[in-house]
Amino acid sequence: MSEKILSRNFERPDAYTLAAYRATGGYQAWDKAQGMEPAAITEEVKKSNLRGLGGAGFPTGMKWSFIPKDHAGPVYLVVNADEGEPGTFKDRYILERDPHALIEGMLIAARAVRCALGFVYIRGEYVTPWRVFSGAVREAYDAGLLGQGFDVVVHRGAGAYICGEETGLISSLEGKKGWPKVKPPFPAIKGAFGMPTIVNNVETLACVPHIVNRGAAWFAGLGTKTQGGTRMYSVSGRVNRPGVYEAPVSVTLRQLIYDHAGGVSATGRLKAVVPGGSSAPILTADEIDVTMDVDGLRNAGSMIGSAGVVVFDESVSVPDALAVVARFYAHESCGQCTPCRESTGWIEKQVKRIAEGKGRKDDLDTILDVASRGAGTTICAFYDGAVGPYISYIKKFRAEFEALIPK
Amino acid sequence: MTRATVARTPVTTPIAFSAEQLAEVRRLQSLYPNPRGALLPVLHMAQDTFGYVSLEVEEYVAGLFSLSPAHVHEVVTFYTMYFQQPKGRHVVSVCHNLSCHLAGAGTLVDHLKQRLGIDVGETTEDGRITLLTVECLCACEAAPMMQVDDRYELNLTPEKIDRILEGLQ
Ligand SMILES: Cc1cc2nc3c(=O)[nH]c(=O)nc-3n(C[C@H](O)[C@H](O)[C@H](O)COP(=O)(O)O)c2cc1C
Ligand code: SF4
Ligand code: FES
Repeated sequence: MSEKILSRNFERPDAYTLAAYRATGGYQAWDKAQGMEPAAITEEVKKSNLRGLGGAGFPTGMKWSFIPKDHAGPVYLVVNADEGEPGTFKDRYILERDPHALIEGMLIAARAVRCALGFVYIRGEYVTPWRVFSGAVREAYDAGLLGQGFDVVVHRGAGAYICGEETGLISSLEGKKGWPKVKPPFPAIKGAFGMPTIVNNVETLACVPHIVNRGAAWFAGLGTKTQGGTRMYSVSGRVNRPGVYEAPVSVTLRQLIYDHAGGVSATGRLKAVVPGGSSAPILTADEIDVTMDVDGLRNAGSMIGSAGVVVFDESVSVPDALAVVARFYAHESCGQCTPCRESTGWIEKQVKRIAEGKGRKDDLDTILDVASRGAGTTICAFYDGAVGPYISYIKKFRAEFEALIPK
Repeated sequence: MTRATVARTPVTTPIAFSAEQLAEVRRLQSLYPNPRGALLPVLHMAQDTFGYVSLEVEEYVAGLFSLSPAHVHEVVTFYTMYFQQPKGRHVVSVCHNLSCHLAGAGTLVDHLKQRLGIDVGETTEDGRITLLTVECLCACEAAPMMQVDDRYELNLTPEKIDRILEGLQ
């Protein structure tokens, strides 16, 4: 198996301490970055082909370069630690087991975009990760790593999936309900508290010290032509060894399931896989020879999203699973946009009815028709993420849904 | 994102932070470019102190921020972690999202309902436990799982749940 980079410290019981982090080379990248021009850091990250690991897969260096050069006021760095995409749990590992990797990544990113204040938005339910990470921040202050031109505020959310969407996150950080905002303006132009803001995922920033240390070419070479590095795949559902597995982004879904996660459990026969968190369209057992990078899954008609892999064996009822997923989207829609609010609620009821054996002949086509409209017209990508499962579960497993509908 | 509002029991403890807590509120407010950024953290403090976020607590917190009570109410009702009515001494939140569903979360919810004699969303009569179901808590590698107050309880079985319940006073 390939070299562990992001997860190299996870097995050390004391990995959350500054001493342990330093003992494994921690903060050397920060030392090096302090001797680099901000623009040179951004350039290095661009060349590394690092792409955002929070969901959208946007090139990180390019995002950093969008901060207006002539802006005179403050610039903010906001870390998205609101991990909430069903099937994803990687950021929790970094916060709890390698918090200094995030702090070091933040220091370097802040230098690149000339930022003096960073926020880490941690989902409210993550109490232990919040405590551990806050402890690491205090240690970093005591050691003079923070507070010398860059400050970090650790912020706790209060339970709302939509706050993971970057503009919802910003609204929430500003002390409001987490309603997403229309883009443009993008956060890099007008973000938190009205100022240019970089929003990055925890894992994205944890990659940055390695890029600075070992060079963009090395990082780019770990991955595919269009995406560099390794990433952490969260694998759960019907597998023998659920867990977080780090692998180059060129790993295939088959390798993740069979080589890393120990193969399919229960019946042992694979039925379907959700490859990138619940918002990613489902893949059938015949579609797992895809590379798990942004473009690999896009070409397969799905998306890598947050790289949360949920495995279904033969005995899983796809209609029941869709009922669970549909309930989630109905519950979490923020309600601002009519198509999202209305369709998620209506589809939840329809799918539940079908799963309970009370569906009607035309239901499936009506759901597909409703779901085929409205995507792309809403304020945020939440609704696109709901439509992906509705359509793919029904189209790929139609016979199973039909079998539940009384003749 | 809606939660049913229920008739409120009158609050007996006076709604006021201690001097130390007030200093902490000021410190939190000073961390943000706009003090309002500290609203969520201060609401967490308020809930920990007063038990739940009543309309009176909303008004009190609004005063600390020079915000309208309506703004604070809008925030409180948006998020799932603020309770607008008294909750049990312990809150048991069972994840029923995809991976936990695949690992049998439904059976565990039924088991809890039966053990506690309450439905989801209710509190036991002795005020000991409030039972909730929640969406993915992002510990799916250890499904089925639940949150008990601040703690994650992982890889649950009915027997493990019984042991956990025994420890809740
Ligand atoms: C509905 C929705 C939920 C999201 N949830 C998260 C999340 O929990 N964590 C995260 O990092 N990004 C999440 N994102 C993506 C963010 O909007 C944003 O793209 C990301 O934080 C940017 O960081 P990155 O470029 O480093 O990935 C979500 C997006 C949407 C539309
Ligand atoms: S798409 Fe849905 S979640 Fe996003 S802003 Fe519109 S209503 Fe809210
Ligand atoms: S589905 Fe239960 S923790 Fe993710």
